[in-house]
Amino acid sequence: MLPYLFRRLGAGIVLVFLVTGITFALTYTADIPVARNILGPQATDEQIAILNARLGLDKPLWEQYTDWLGGLFHGDLGKSYFSGQDVTDALTSRLPVTLSVVVVAMIITLLASTALGIASAARRGWLDNLLQGISTISFVFPGIILGIALVYVFAIELRWVPATGYTKLADDPRAWFSSVILPAIVLSIGGIAALAAQVRGSLIDELDREYVRTLRARGVSERSLLLKHALRNAAGPALTTFSLQFISIFGAALFVEKIFALPGYGSYAFNATLQGDLPALLGVTVFGVLLVVIVNLLVDLAQGWLNPKARLA
Amino acid sequence: MTVPDVDTATAPVVETAVRPRRGAWRRLLRKPLGIGALLVLVAIIVLGLLEPVLSQHDSALANLQKVNADVGEPGYLLGADQFGRDIWARVLSSINVSVASALIGAGVAVVLGTVFGLIAGYIGKRTGATLSWVFELLMTFPALILILVLQPVTGGSYKVTMVIFGVFLAPGLFRLVRNLVVGVRNELYVDAARVAGLSNRRILSRHVLYVVRGPIIITAAFLGTAAIGVQAGLAFLGVGSSQQVSFGAMTADAFGNIYVKPVQMVWPSLFLALLTGSLVLLGNAYRDVLAAPQGAVAPGGRRAKRRPAAASPSAPGDVLPQDVTAGDHAPSVGSAATATVAALAAAESAGGALLAVRNLRVGYPQVDGSVRDVVKGVSLDVAAGEIVGLVGESGSGKSQTAFSILGLLPRQARVTADVLRVDGQDLQGLGPGGMGKLRGSVLAYIPQEPMANLDPSFTIGSQLVEGLRGIPKREAEQTVLDLLDRVGIVDPRRTFKSYPHQISGGMAQRALIAGAVAPRPKLLIADEPTTALDVTVQAEILDLLRDLQNEFHMGVLLVTHNFGVVADLCDRVLVMQEGELVEGGDVRSIFHAPQHPYTQQLIGAILDEETVRTDPTPTSTGTTAPALTKGGAR
Amino acid sequence: MTALLEVRNLRLSYPSRGWRSKTPEVLRGVSLEIAPGDTLGLVGESGSGKTTLGRAILGLATPTAGTITFDGRDITHLGPKQRRSLARDIQVVFQDPYTSLNPTLTIADILAEPLIAQGTDPAEARTSVGRLLDQVGMPVDALHRYPREFSGGQRQRVAIARALALEPRLIVCDEPVSALDLSTQARVLDLLIDIQRRTGVAYLFITHDLAVVRHVSHRIAVMYRGELVETGDTAAVTTSPSNDYTRNLLLASPTADPDRQRERREARRLARSAAASA
Repeated sequence: MLPYLFRRLGAGIVLVFLVTGITFALTYTADIPVARNILGPQATDEQIAILNARLGLDKPLWEQYTDWLGGLFHGDLGKSYFSGQDVTDALTSRLPVTLSVVVVAMIITLLASTALGIASAARRGWLDNLLQGISTISFVFPGIILGIALVYVFAIELRWVPATGYTKLADDPRAWFSSVILPAIVLSIGGIAALAAQVRGSLIDELDREYVRTLRARGVSERSLLLKHALRNAAGPALTTFSLQFISIFGAALFVEKIFALPGYGSYAFNATLQGDLPALLGVTVFGVLLVVIVNLLVDLAQGWLNPKARLA
Repeated sequence: MTVPDVDTATAPVVETAVRPRRGAWRRLLRKPLGIGALLVLVAIIVLGLLEPVLSQHDSALANLQKVNADVGEPGYLLGADQFGRDIWARVLSSINVSVASALIGAGVAVVLGTVFGLIAGYIGKRTGATLSWVFELLMTFPALILILVLQPVTGGSYKVTMVIFGVFLAPGLFRLVRNLVVGVRNELYVDAARVAGLSNRRILSRHVLYVVRGPIIITAAFLGTAAIGVQAGLAFLGVGSSQQVSFGAMTADAFGNIYVKPVQMVWPSLFLALLTGSLVLLGNAYRDVLAAPQGAVAPGGRRAKRRPAAASPSAPGDVLPQDVTAGDHAPSVGSAATATVAALAAAESAGGALLAVRNLRVGYPQVDGSVRDVVKGVSLDVAAGEIVGLVGESGSGKSQTAFSILGLLPRQARVTADVLRVDGQDLQGLGPGGMGKLRGSVLAYIPQEPMANLDPSFTIGSQLVEGLRGIPKREAEQTVLDLLDRVGIVDPRRTFKSYPHQISGGMAQRALIAGAVAPRPKLLIADEPTTALDVTVQAEILDLLRDLQNEFHMGVLLVTHNFGVVADLCDRVLVMQEGELVEGGDVRSIFHAPQHPYTQQLIGAILDEETVRTDPTPTSTGTTAPALTKGGAR
Repeated sequence: MTALLEVRNLRLSYPSRGWRSKTPEVLRGVSLEIAPGDTLGLVGESGSGKTTLGRAILGLATPTAGTITFDGRDITHLGPKQRRSLARDIQVVFQDPYTSLNPTLTIADILAEPLIAQGTDPAEARTSVGRLLDQVGMPVDALHRYPREFSGGQRQRVAIARALALEPRLIVCDEPVSALDLSTQARVLDLLIDIQRRTGVAYLFITHDLAVVRHVSHRIAVMYRGELVETGDTAAVTTSPSNDYTRNLLLASPTADPDRQRERREARRLARSAAASA
């Protein structure tokens, strides 16, 4: 188990190097006039050269990258070209917003899909149709339309929750919750359908297995068969789907934040994108990859706990 | 051994000979959902292609006279937006953008995923492992972040963005293709093709590509909708060129104008939903068509070793209806000419028997509404302390009979009987709860494949203890430990704490036997309990069963196809053929003087031990000497 | 009599997953010979390596040491091209007739495949497949049907016909009747014997079933944990085995006669207690 975890961690580190390297190289070849963007069209060539030197943009690509990596080692992601703000600070202060939305979305996904999956595996019938319906809707209506519809109904028409903006959890938990619940629902809809279908399918597969029949022959209750034996064995594949879903939910969160005007990674990344603010972009990338690596490790640990073969190997 | 060669007689072939896969598209078009989705999809695509003909204005042309024009304004079919642009023209252009996005995104993913999936799956080993690693890495990265990050590089072109997105969609397809190919590569028919001298290229095109084609098409449909959705989402948020018309940009404009003209929100949403919806439903319909039983080319796992369940029915002209249900449930076909032996072994009164069954019928509802009987009026008794063998070939209904007594048939099975009684209790009157209680006490079951019958996630001990209810946990644990010792497990304490994968098949079967006898049952039903085991282990398990039966004075119903096992263990034998009992009696009389022709045929087919092949090898002598010499008298 | 197939000191271990873990050898120095027209029965329990030996001969598994010689030619490590041409001489019948035939091809396609692969004109191949079906006692109208329309025994006949298509000199039969019902099993065995008499093909007959092997083999080799523990004439090995493991195997296989099985059981218990006290 431990060597496996180390390998996964190693893969995560490789991922950071690879992705940042690619981003670096591609941005470099795109030849974005960063200094010109900062100083404006009136700036002289001399001024631009000075700024380029100050930002280190006159150095060769390889040197720029190693400089940046050196900073990364000390937890320093550099400063934004435009605002001069420390990237690490900016991202750390925005982390709670994005995490709030993502974590609430993941909890909703996990609870709803497990409940729905178990119920439809045990009953089949109309719950299956509901599941199919949700899955089709989530495919047919892209998240943006769904998001707009929710904002329209709950925020504009019913005024149950604010349409936009974020309140800190520490300031007012109720307001915090109403500020993140809509974006979280938008993020979780697609995941719920996919994960519930996965849970249902795995559970039905497990319930059809011979060991369930043998346990039943020993008088073990249906409740225990479903919730203890089948669920335990079905949890592994479901967790894998769940970890993949985290990745897509995290990515989608950046966009949903934009719709709901939440001051998280999304808005930061958008501004950086529009300006070609490389340090900020790389910072977002690194934080994103680290989050994914951490979640994958947690999922791996859970897998090991669930599966005795992996645990004892 | 002179058995008439009946299985080769001209067989009337079941007329469900649907050509697998080849007719899939035709069958898709026969489904209302399939043809409907296809028509909508084609209609929308054609609308997009005819844009130059159908719209009178350029989609970007702003006419200030027409700001927020109503639906039906001359020349503005759907009205105009807040900049006075023709909404109809913009819808048509957006269709083209969405279709292009789907083609690019899904296309890149399909090409990358299929090519590398085939390589990784077929060549395997190091190349495969490396490729898998790369794609797994790709999968762990949030694609949307990179798309955002690379916006300065793409220069706002949605096409370049979709290429990048396609790369991130590829891992899912890669995994699908690789797993399918690995599955196919392990099929015996691919081994056979290799031995037959086919080149890799030929094997790939003939055997492998055929299997992966359908799933790739289905997945591509879903990937296409994902690409459309992401493109629309990006455009809605203003990522990419602001000049580019698309559903996302239209939605954003309408959203900004929602208090003035809410109806403008409807058009992009409607066409976008129609486009993605028809694509998804088409994919769903195609999947249903491929999964439907008549076309199902279920690759399926290899059958359990030595398990005869899948073998041929013996009657002439039999065609195995493999696609109905798998394995044990394969119903027998055709009407047997043999008369029903109503009450074979026991007298009419079933009073004293431990197990009494009269006129048991098991049927399965078919697609056409009829019910196919797999057990047709079976009557049998088992007395306390008696071992009764229930023998027959696959499809004879012997396992179905056993499981209907245990109440463990699949839920769609229809079971009826005049009498179905164990230890004086009527099983048909018991609810699921009562049946559960009976199974944990009076009735017990020993399965065929030991490994498949233990829950892999729980220790042996905890599984066995769970079957013992109504006694304190500590006591139950002690009982199980004692029994593990009793069934010949050397270190019971260690086995108690072990997981199934840590012990051998023989040990697992001993543990299952311990679990079965733990509540001191009166009737033990064993379904091919030694079929999956090696002969040396089989001999030990048979010894164990005999000893335990003696010790606990259990009645045993032993389902088997192995006459050696019957000879070793049974007092009485019942012979089943095509759902009916054809003969029953004392074990010696069945072996030495079988009455029914079918029993005679079965006994005659046993390869006896005196027959040893002695004819010389033909090439060395060229003579055709009598092949077999029979030594020793019976 | 010169051997058609000669296996010398064959060793094989499957590549390990990590570089630290050592995998146990599946074959640990196996040597055997098969004469033309001969049947060698290879008996063993699960995991003994008997199937792996068959796969090594077929080129489906790669030996780590030792040689396989066919008709005087070393075939241990052949290139793909030479291996493909060897298909004319060595063929196979697998255990499971359900997965050994591609469900999406017609019987005619399946039977023509080896012929076409060896360069036979497709049209010509199609005409000769009818003859092949006739050889295994199947009706010619089966040609345009799919495998799933046939029973297990019939499918196994098709698999045998495919093996015969190239008129090989050796067929590796890997548990060819284990998945079949008793009466079907007997008929397929008779067919195999009959084909051998007509064509002079040699069999390597791999099975776990002593009754089956006794019935079809001229000679028997007993395999245990990757090694051959006993080889000899069928009658000798099955009536007076020299090896303890062979004796155990014989005593453990139940015979279909209640009284004689009782005797055998007693003999086995005696042997076991004798072994325990020794």
